[in-house]
This record gives sequence, structure tokens and C-alpha cells, in this order.
Amino acid sequence: MSTQIVKEENSYSLAHQELQNESGGVALWVKRLRDEAFESFTLNGFPTPEQEEWKYTNVAQIARAKFETVVGRDVASEITPEQIAPFVYEEAKSSRLVFINGVFNERLSSLEGLPRGVVAINLAEALAEGEQAALVREHLSRGAGFDGQPFTAFNTAFLSGGAFLFFPKGQTVETPVHLLFLSSSSDERLLSFPRVLIVAGRESSATVIESYASMGDGEYLTDAVIEVVLEEGARVRHYKVQNESEQSYHIARTVAELGRNSSYNSTAITLGAKLSRHDITVNFKREGAECWIDGLYIVEDGQHADTHSVIDHQLPHCTSRQLYKGILDGKSRAVFNGKVFVRHGAQGTDAIQTNRNLMLSDDARVDTKPQLEIFADDVKCAHGATVGQLDEEELFYLTSRGLHPDLARNLLTYGFAEEVIDKIKVDSIKAQLDEAVLNRLNARLEAL
Amino acid sequence: MLEIRDLHASVEGKEILKGISLTINRGEVHAIMGPNGSGKSTLAKVLAGHPQYEVTKGEVLYEGRNLLEMPPDERARAGIFLAFQYPIEVPGVSNSQFLRLAYNEKRKHLNEEELDPLEFKDLLKERAKIVEMDESFMSRSVNEGFSGGEKKRNEILQMAVLEPKLAVLDETDSGLDIDALRIVAGGVNKLRNADNAIVLVTHYQRLLNYIVPDYVHVLAGGRIVREGGKELALELEEKGYDWIKNMGTERSALGAR
Repeated sequence: MSTQIVKEENSYSLAHQELQNESGGVALWVKRLRDEAFESFTLNGFPTPEQEEWKYTNVAQIARAKFETVVGRDVASEITPEQIAPFVYEEAKSSRLVFINGVFNERLSSLEGLPRGVVAINLAEALAEGEQAALVREHLSRGAGFDGQPFTAFNTAFLSGGAFLFFPKGQTVETPVHLLFLSSSSDERLLSFPRVLIVAGRESSATVIESYASMGDGEYLTDAVIEVVLEEGARVRHYKVQNESEQSYHIARTVAELGRNSSYNSTAITLGAKLSRHDITVNFKREGAECWIDGLYIVEDGQHADTHSVIDHQLPHCTSRQLYKGILDGKSRAVFNGKVFVRHGAQGTDAIQTNRNLMLSDDARVDTKPQLEIFADDVKCAHGATVGQLDEEELFYLTSRGLHPDLARNLLTYGFAEEVIDKIKVDSIKAQLDEAVLNRLNARLEAL
Repeated sequence: MLEIRDLHASVEGKEILKGISLTINRGEVHAIMGPNGSGKSTLAKVLAGHPQYEVTKGEVLYEGRNLLEMPPDERARAGIFLAFQYPIEVPGVSNSQFLRLAYNEKRKHLNEEELDPLEFKDLLKERAKIVEMDESFMSRSVNEGFSGGEKKRNEILQMAVLEPKLAVLDETDSGLDIDALRIVAGGVNKLRNADNAIVLVTHYQRLLNYIVPDYVHVLAGGRIVREGGKELALELEEKGYDWIKNMGTERSALGAR
């Protein structure tokens, strides 16, 4: 087995070399970063279930598969704007960056709806010695380093395109910026490396939608790394909607670094992919910041969805709220591992973490592990996890009003998901999710 | 309309009701009073079909049918309504969605045309006036974040929408301030008519100043220990429940019928 892995990594190493040899204006530090990352990836390989962090999610299928990188290929020339229309959110139709198999596509993107001062560009452009280079260099690969993070190392080894967003000081940007990552993979097993750096300047306010979808039904791999930096007083709403093809693999890592009195609001929705894993980390770097980290995973027969979160209270007077809910049907599997750290000296921390799972089938399985580690004494912390069927008292209440038990169950399941969906501030995301939930309930609820 | 004969019921193996017999006819309002733990709420829940309560003996006939064989949703569609003592919060489901579903389930049962959201909105607006409820409550999740009084008003709103033949109000007055009590009682009085029957389960006489019952039944230790007209409630108020407790299981000769 080990020889097989070495052989595969050689095939990735050819692609890596090819990327490094590409002519173009990539700075030397970027090339060095890619080399270091590739070295780390080669040394450690893909994770195995022996590693605690990957205990419940076996990526052997990913390690075995021969994915093809899109380095030096044109994979988007035949795609028309009409084809991407179903994946565009109305609120962001003139503020979207479109990526096909991880590669920025200017023709399909539309940015005229963004106010002056906002930077929303291809990361490749930012990596060149342009005017954003210093800012990018300051932050890229800092929040999401690749030590001990094999998939981040893999992504960083192929760092070239992606998105760079910058919201300038004091600016409130009402229009959401949509990063649409589409796969065109059908016969080929393509490899996509979305990479995003978001810098929200002091007292700025912005909404970012990050969505993943597929135009084909291919067995592709998305390996995404998203870094978010919030400067003092910045407010960012961040939506991630993962609706990849049912044969695909989706591995993503989000790292947010919160400045003084900043506010980060993240909602991660998991609907698609055969196997998905999302690591989300919030680092409180200064005092007085707050975050809401919400999530909803809805998995059906044959799907596996894993969320690992770390909320790290390093400094005093920060607030975190985490609500992750899951609905599992058929022979599906979900993992929730949520760590909340309250470091020594982080007095006045206020942290609540909740994971609730609704099991619609006896064959579904969830492994949930909320962890709270507190090293400070003046703190308010609570956490909890539930795994269960629908609440009997709620069912009785609905049936006592004349609702058939099946209808009552569906309504409660819908309501269970709505608790997360209802908080979303972008109406067309809400509508999309309502529809997805209702479709899965295949019930009379369409009448709602 | 409803005939309860020697009803015994337990929860988690503990017998709470120890032989209740009661007849309720259309057009009547009955008050069921009694100290805490006397079995009042158990009786209400058994009538609605709560799965945790096991009927161990006796029978209940509703319009000639064996009520105990009917699942809760069927009882509701047949016209039985329980206003909960502690209304359940249903996060994520809006009040109007829920009410429309329940209303249409009943319409279907009666072979009547279902109402679409717009038609239902008009009906709901009309009924909401009965309990002086603001329209903003309709788009909010069922009971979520409602105050105690708002939850109770919402129960009566559901009653107004579903128009039950037999409404059992389980401590609907508890936790209400005087204004809320006036609104809730006023709503019930508006819904009271010659064709329906109302059972008020209450600890206090206060509610009965607003909704005047035809009959009062006093429960203690799972049995009816005294029965009478509306004056019994006043007597009870004056003498307190200790008076009843001392009475043991002796049944009063004041039985109304």
C-alpha cells in the first residue's frame, strides 16, 4: 500500500513541478510556499483513521484515487452563462466570482454590482506583484498553516488561483459577494483547489457566500482552504453552501481570525458529496470579539459528513455561540467534533456550544463529541449534544390538533432544520434550503 | 356528548385516576377543580390521548364512540380539543403554517374544500380578534419566545380556528395577569355556544368569575369528591381545599344530576 501511495504522489509531483515551472508573475515567496507545502504533503501523505482527528472519517478512497489536476488545462471554455444561472443567487448576481474546477473564470463572473473600494479579484492576480501583494503576503497561509494539516498542505502545494476579497476600512457593503465553485467533472476525476483569502478592514461590514455545486455527476475532489481575517470592529457574515455531486469528495477548511470587537457569523450547510469534511476554526486574537458558528448537515443513504470545529478563546471578554444541527436518513453517517478552548487568562469568556442530531432512520449513525477545555475561572460556558428521534411531547401537541402523525413528523423535521435556516439573512439561500429540506421530506409539506 | 365511566388511569405505573364518572352534554360548561396532584390534568390528558397515560379500567364514550380506541389526531378531527397547561414550543414552524395545516386536516375530514394560504389568512385574521392577538404572532414560530399569557392566548386562538365540539382547557388561567385572564376568558365566552361543550380544569375559582360554569366537580386523590353548581366554587374558595381533603372520598349528595 505504501508503494502505491508513493507512486500516486509522484503523479501529483509531476503536476506540482509543472505548476512551479509555469511562466508568469508569481512571486518567489509563493513558489517557496508551494514547495514547502508539497514537501509536507509528500512526507505525511493523506491522513488515516489512526490519527485522532480522522478517527471517524476514512479518506482511503481519496488516497487511492488518481485525481487529475487542472494545471495548464482549459476546462471552462464551453460553459455558458445559462449553464451557471441555476447556481447564482439573485442578491449577488452582479457580485459573483465564478470558479470552474477551482480556476477563476472572468467571463462567467460579474462584479459591477460591488461598490468602489471593495477588492474582489482572482487570487492569482493578487499573488503577482500587484498592489494587493503585501496584504496577501501578510495573511495568506498564516491562519490556515499546513503543519499537521495534510489537505491544507495539498491545497497550498498547488496554490495558484482562488479569490482575494478585501473590504476597506469603515465600509458597509450591503451586496453579498458570492464565490461560486462549480465542478464540470463527469468522466474525469478532477481535482479542485479552491483557495480564498478574505480581509475585512477595520469597522467594515460584509457578507460572503461560498457555494459548491456540480454540473456533472463526477467523482471529483474539492480541497478548499478559506482564510478570513477580521480587523478591529469588522463584521462578516459568511455562508457556506456545500451541494456537491453525490459521487464527489469535499474537504474544506475555514479559519477565521478575529480582531478586537469584531463579529464573525458563519453558517455552513452540508447537503451534497459522498464524503465531506469541514474543519472550521475561530481564533480570538484580540479582546471583545464575538462569533456565531452555525451549521446544518442533511445526509441521506450513502453519505458521510464530518464537521470538526475549534473555537479558541485566547483572550478575555469574547463570546461564542455554536449551533450545529444534523438530519440523518437512510444508511448515512455524520461526525461532529467541536472543541471550545478557554485559555489561561481568557476571563469573561461566554461560550455556548450545541450539537443536535435528528435520526430519521435506524441505520444512520452519528458520532458527536463536544469538548470544552477551560483554563480560566471567571467564565460562562455550556455545551451539549443530543442525538434522538423527534420529541414525543411535540409530536403529541401537533397530533392533538388533528395532524396525522406522518405529517406531524415531517413538520417537526422541517422545523428542526428551520432553526438554522431561519437565521440566514440572504433570502435566496433560505429559499434554496427550504426547497432542499422539503424535497427530502417528499411529503405533503409542499403545500406550505 | 361525553360519557366517562369509572375511569382509572396511571402514568409510569402509578395510578392517578381512581374511578372517575362524568357526563357532559352539549351546551354545558363544566369546571373541574381540585388541589395539586388530585388528577385534574391527568383527566384532561387522558381525554386528548396523551401516550404516556395508560387507562387501566373504565370507558369513555364520545358521541357514542369508544374514545379510548381513537389515536389523538383522530380525536382532534372528531372535535376534541385540549388547551395545554404548558403549550409546547415548536421551533421553525410558523403559527400560521401550523394552524392552516391543522385547519385543513379538519376540513378534509369533513369532506370540505381546503383553504389556500390567502383564504386562510383572512380567516385567521378574523379569529385572532377573538383573543386580541396581533398579526405579528402568526409568522412567528409556534409558541417560541411567547410569554406565558401569549401562549395561553395562542391556545384559545387554535380553539377559535378549529372550533371543537368539546374543548378541555387545562389550567388555562394559571400564570395570567388580570388583563390576560379577561382576554382569554372573553375569547372562550365568545366561542361558547349551544352546540359545544367546555371543560375548565382549574385550581382557582378566579376564572369562574369570567366563565360561569353550569357544573362544578371537585377532584381529590383521583376521585370526584364533591359536585354541584357554580356556588360550589365559591364555597371552595372560601373554605379552601383542606375542607375537601378532610372530606376524604365521601361523595356529596349535592351531585347536580
